[in-house]
Amino acid sequence: MIEVRNLSKHFGDKVAVDNISFTVKKGEVLGFLGPNGAGKSTTMRMVTGYLPPTGGSVSIGDADVVDDEIAAKSKIGYLPENAPLYSDMTVDDFLRFAAEMRGVPASKIPAAIDKAIETCFLQRVRHQSVDTLSKGYRHRTCLAQSIIHDPEVLILDEPTDGLDPNQKHEVRGLIKRMGETKAIIFSTHILEEVEASCTRAIIIDRGKVIADGTPEQLKNKAENAGAVLVSVTGSAVASLRPELEKLSEVNRVESVESGDHAVTVRVFPNKGKGGALSAAIFKAAVDKNLTIQELKVEEGRLDELFRQITRSDIEA
Amino acid sequence: MVDAIIQLLLHFAIPALVVAAIFIALLMFALPREVRTVFKREVKSYFVSPIAYVCVVIFLVISNGITFWFGGMLESGEAELYRPFFQYMPWYFIVIAPAVGMRLWSEEQRLGTMELLMTMPLAPWHAIVGKFLAASVVVFAMLVLSFPIVMVVNYLGDPDNGVILAGFVATFLTALCYLAITSAISALTRSQIVALLVSIGVCLAVWLSGLPPITDAVDNLPRWNPFWPLLKLVTTLGVLPHFNEFAKGVLGFRDIVFFLSFIAFFLFATAIAIRAKRA
Ligand SMILES: Nc1ncnc2c1ncn2[C@@H]1O[C@H](COP(=O)(O)OP(=O)(O)O)[C@@H](O)[C@H]1O
Ligand SMILES: [Mg+2]
Repeated sequence: MIEVRNLSKHFGDKVAVDNISFTVKKGEVLGFLGPNGAGKSTTMRMVTGYLPPTGGSVSIGDADVVDDEIAAKSKIGYLPENAPLYSDMTVDDFLRFAAEMRGVPASKIPAAIDKAIETCFLQRVRHQSVDTLSKGYRHRTCLAQSIIHDPEVLILDEPTDGLDPNQKHEVRGLIKRMGETKAIIFSTHILEEVEASCTRAIIIDRGKVIADGTPEQLKNKAENAGAVLVSVTGSAVASLRPELEKLSEVNRVESVESGDHAVTVRVFPNKGKGGALSAAIFKAAVDKNLTIQELKVEEGRLDELFRQITRSDIEA
Repeated sequence: MVDAIIQLLLHFAIPALVVAAIFIALLMFALPREVRTVFKREVKSYFVSPIAYVCVVIFLVISNGITFWFGGMLESGEAELYRPFFQYMPWYFIVIAPAVGMRLWSEEQRLGTMELLMTMPLAPWHAIVGKFLAASVVVFAMLVLSFPIVMVVNYLGDPDNGVILAGFVATFLTALCYLAITSAISALTRSQIVALLVSIGVCLAVWLSGLPPITDAVDNLPRWNPFWPLLKLVTTLGVLPHFNEFAKGVLGFRDIVFFLSFIAFFLFATAIAIRAKRA
């Protein structure tokens, strides 16, 4: 449904988006992850046809966003960053304007407005002027605008920005539900959001794609995926660490907590040896007469991966 | 008395209604839905904005004030409106038209709604024309509301109402030229104040470049002067001679073509400015 090929955008000398390619099919929700300034919004602006690309192309269905602008745009619903709104309109008028512009037939407009208002929980403010709304309501009003014509493609730039935790939860659920019948791209820098609603995620940094996969696959790439956290007690606790470091399965041992009679360490496996790691640790501990209090295989965490691959930005 | 009222109706109410009817028919049937939708939104927005009302009131106070106090309409005893009224109109609109039009595109950029509008399935000219027509409605309302002065001059004497009507048409077209300039300039900035000031400057230049001392000076320059073609072009763009011909009741085809192409040129410039801003 959405096909992005070798997309680039330069602002003067600055390369904001550097040769990005991906596709999103109907029924997929693609999470766009990356630190601030990574190029998420710029990419979305090119996908929606707002910014002309410096290189590469985007098609929506079979319509090219540059050559067949109007056909492509009519398939898209778009929530821009910061949810811009006309401040001198009421919520109702604004949604009517959006519906008319989007070509919803006049007879279906009232029903479309009611549905969007219900979906985005706007009943309480529907006759209120936009400039008196709180940030959460403003955001949801703009979200309502993006779904009013029931588009096949939804592009949402930070859809949960400025919402309280309950509203965030609702919106994530909404994205997930809508994703069953649409092709959706949404950007965020909140990692739990990706796990909550995406079927696939792309991490971008400084304009480049640096990871692409299902949330599961990405988690497995995290450094601590498959690491074992082990706590032991006994008189010879100091010998645990050197003992573990001798094992062929072990890559590296990291101390988490250490005392005279109790230590906790995190053990990272060598590539491909993750499966045998727990058994080897267990055996080593028993050989040294240590009592295992806890032994846990860690799941990779997205935020670990995120920090790991984008961290150079902060150091630089 | 009844005769006079019928006279006025024939001369003004009917042409005004015809203009309004053409306008509405154009919007309802000839122009695409997108233009209509943008137009409706903009008109509503003018309706709730204090700036539009302030502009209308200031225009009415100044235009009537100058006509009666400085134009000396009552003392002169001449039953005509060019000298006391219409000749000043282009000067007022040098400020009033930019004040009406300054928000057209700059507000769109300040609010960020430009990104919404430009990702909707419409061609840029739909939005440009819709906005321009909405601003022209405000100017049209100003001219309709200055109608009492026509009654006064008809009460005082026996003016040629055809010439007065031509004066209104000339004023309207001149104001639309200024609005088109303002539309293009407001597309270049997100600040309404900057749009206002720059537009006033450009409108003033466009007006002055048609002023006889300047056009004469350029005409008297030797043709081998390297700047002559450029200066000649600038004076050709001057609105003033066309306004004067028209306002004195001489309806020339060339003047109409001039006004319409002037407006079309600056609406086209608006499209270029919007495109340049997006890249
Ligand atoms: N109109 C613009 N002109 C110049 N630079 C820009 C413009 N828009 C974005 N950038 C730059 O491009 C980079 C990517 O920005 P953006 O796409 O907004 O990132 P994100 O949405 O991931 O935070 C940033 O460094 C930003 O400063
Ligand atoms: Mg962004």
